[in-house]
Amino acid sequence: MSLYRAETRRLVKRRFTKVLVIGCLAVLVAIAAGMFFTNHKVGPSQIAAAQAEADRNFQEQSRQAALEKQRCEAAPGTADAGNYPTDCSQLYAPTKADFDPQWYMPATFEFRKKFGDMITALAALMALVAFVVGASFVGAEWSSGGMMNLLLWRPQRLKVLGTKLLALLAGLTALTAVTAAAWTGVFALIAGQRGSLSSMTSGAWQSFVLMEVRALVLVVAVGAVGFGLASLGRHTAVALGAAIGAVILFQFGLGTVLSLAKVKFVEAYLIPIWGMAWMNKSVKLENYDACNYSASGGCQPDTLTITWQMAGGVLAVVIVLAVGAAMWTVRSRDIT
Amino acid sequence: MSAVLEISGLQKTYRSRKGVRRALDGFDMVVEAGQVHGFLGPNGSGKTTTLRTLLGLIKPNGGDMAILGRPVPQNLPEIAGQVGAIVESPQFFGNFSARDTLSLLADAGGVDQSRVFAVLELVGLRDRAKERVKTYSLGMKQRLAVASALLKNPRLLILDEPANGLDPGGIREMRTLMRNLAESGMTVVLSSHILGEVQLICDSVTIISAGRRVAAGPVAEVLAQHASSSLRVRVEAGVDVLTAAEVLRAAGAQVALEHDHLTVSNAANPAQITRVLAQREIYVSELAPVTVDLESVFLELTGTAPIEGQNRQVDESAMASARGGWGQ
Repeated sequence: MSLYRAETRRLVKRRFTKVLVIGCLAVLVAIAAGMFFTNHKVGPSQIAAAQAEADRNFQEQSRQAALEKQRCEAAPGTADAGNYPTDCSQLYAPTKADFDPQWYMPATFEFRKKFGDMITALAALMALVAFVVGASFVGAEWSSGGMMNLLLWRPQRLKVLGTKLLALLAGLTALTAVTAAAWTGVFALIAGQRGSLSSMTSGAWQSFVLMEVRALVLVVAVGAVGFGLASLGRHTAVALGAAIGAVILFQFGLGTVLSLAKVKFVEAYLIPIWGMAWMNKSVKLENYDACNYSASGGCQPDTLTITWQMAGGVLAVVIVLAVGAAMWTVRSRDIT
Repeated sequence: MSAVLEISGLQKTYRSRKGVRRALDGFDMVVEAGQVHGFLGPNGSGKTTTLRTLLGLIKPNGGDMAILGRPVPQNLPEIAGQVGAIVESPQFFGNFSARDTLSLLADAGGVDQSRVFAVLELVGLRDRAKERVKTYSLGMKQRLAVASALLKNPRLLILDEPANGLDPGGIREMRTLMRNLAESGMTVVLSSHILGEVQLICDSVTIISAGRRVAAGPVAEVLAQHASSSLRVRVEAGVDVLTAAEVLRAAGAQVALEHDHLTVSNAANPAQITRVLAQREIYVSELAPVTVDLESVFLELTGTAPIEGQNRQVDESAMASARGGWGQ
């Protein structure tokens, strides 16, 4: 317990942790502020203004269409004749239905429609912070000699590394849970002030809570992978290098090569797709080079659905590989 | 006295693409309770490897080790609370203060936080305890390292180059600290290259070269084993030293000519020197035995004495002799 307390204190005391967490919170505040100022409450006056704007646009475009029709009718025998059809009734005349008042409404924050994207943004940002904090927490200890010092005090390598990881994951869990709760509260307020909460049923709330739980799992998992990679390489830079390498390999290199090779569902090899599948419960990929004929819909593309269970499985394998390898190597490596 | 630290036949081999290197080649060491024990060896001789192996940081390829009568590394978790150690240069996380660094170690080791202030006071860092370690000089980091080793109030204290970076006052304070700790019953193993200090502080020494023990025992015994029968002979002013040397050589003495005196290395009977020289009306102004110090013994045993015109490489040191060394 004393070791766990020491590691928790060490994590919280680290300046790097503080700077990254404060930076992350500042970005989240900026996102929330941006959403607050760019969204507006929609009431009868906004609806009336949007309707008036739609009408004004319809009338303007109708006038323009009438003018064009007159020019068309006057064009035969002139140099302008080539610009118009011979039958001027073919010119399109706008209808009122073409000008949906909805388009002229100000942006409004409808909680049920938009908060899911906000949870994804929160998860992505916090996962990035978790990776760097996790990598630095153990990487800096290895490279500064702090880990060696600690092992002189507690010559139980697995216990020391495991406790360190536990302290990190507990810290990330607490931070993510509190931040997600605050995030939900802030956006509920924004929706109340600059949008609507009206369609939120208990099922919708439950769905968002489950999405936040998946966000929390993602953050903790990415933190553990960063920790594992940095411990394997005994330096923070190793984890960061591996992350950059993975992005280059899976996001750019492999994607380009596989698309040149005309491999089906190239997106399935890209990391963000799996992240989206995890967060949104599923992602449906389509292959437009295939034709599945149906009498009602004609040619339909092949589809591949990546579910959150599949994404969770991949995440679990990555965690087991990174953390397992770190634990395995620390058991017997010479610490010099 | 009982042995606090015992090492027998310790072996450590490093394998790489360049080949196999034996860092420790059947090394033995015994440290008795309550002693300040010097652990000496040239660079690359295996000192730090020995300490790291003893403390569980490196896995040995063979041999036995015991601390406080308990075989290690298997019993290290149980006895770690009684062993304080610094290995090689002091290494701390630079952004933490000395107080935070020690406080976290105290937490990790289940040591009372009041010890933090006590050891900071002891090593002279009390007034700088709140400053970040990266602002410390090497000597201050060294003091902090010693403080961290003392935090547990250990029965066995292992210090690797504790005087490294210390100013003369700091070295003297460290010497006094070592003696006080030993007097309080703590056993101290001190690895150092400042042999004059070791000779002053230590009760006993172990000298390692090329991964093997070449000498061990009480300092006085080690020096006595290597005491020579050489005499320093100085003659009265105005007399040609070369002439005096020739006279002694003619009488069968082995004479080395120094710039202002002679060294006679096979002088079984000092009176013979005065007699031979007096017969040629050369009178002796000083006749004194040449004393050996730990440095000269170290250089002789490890074969690392500098030779004019040669650049010795770090791995060029004496292998353990066939007779092994004292105490075997």
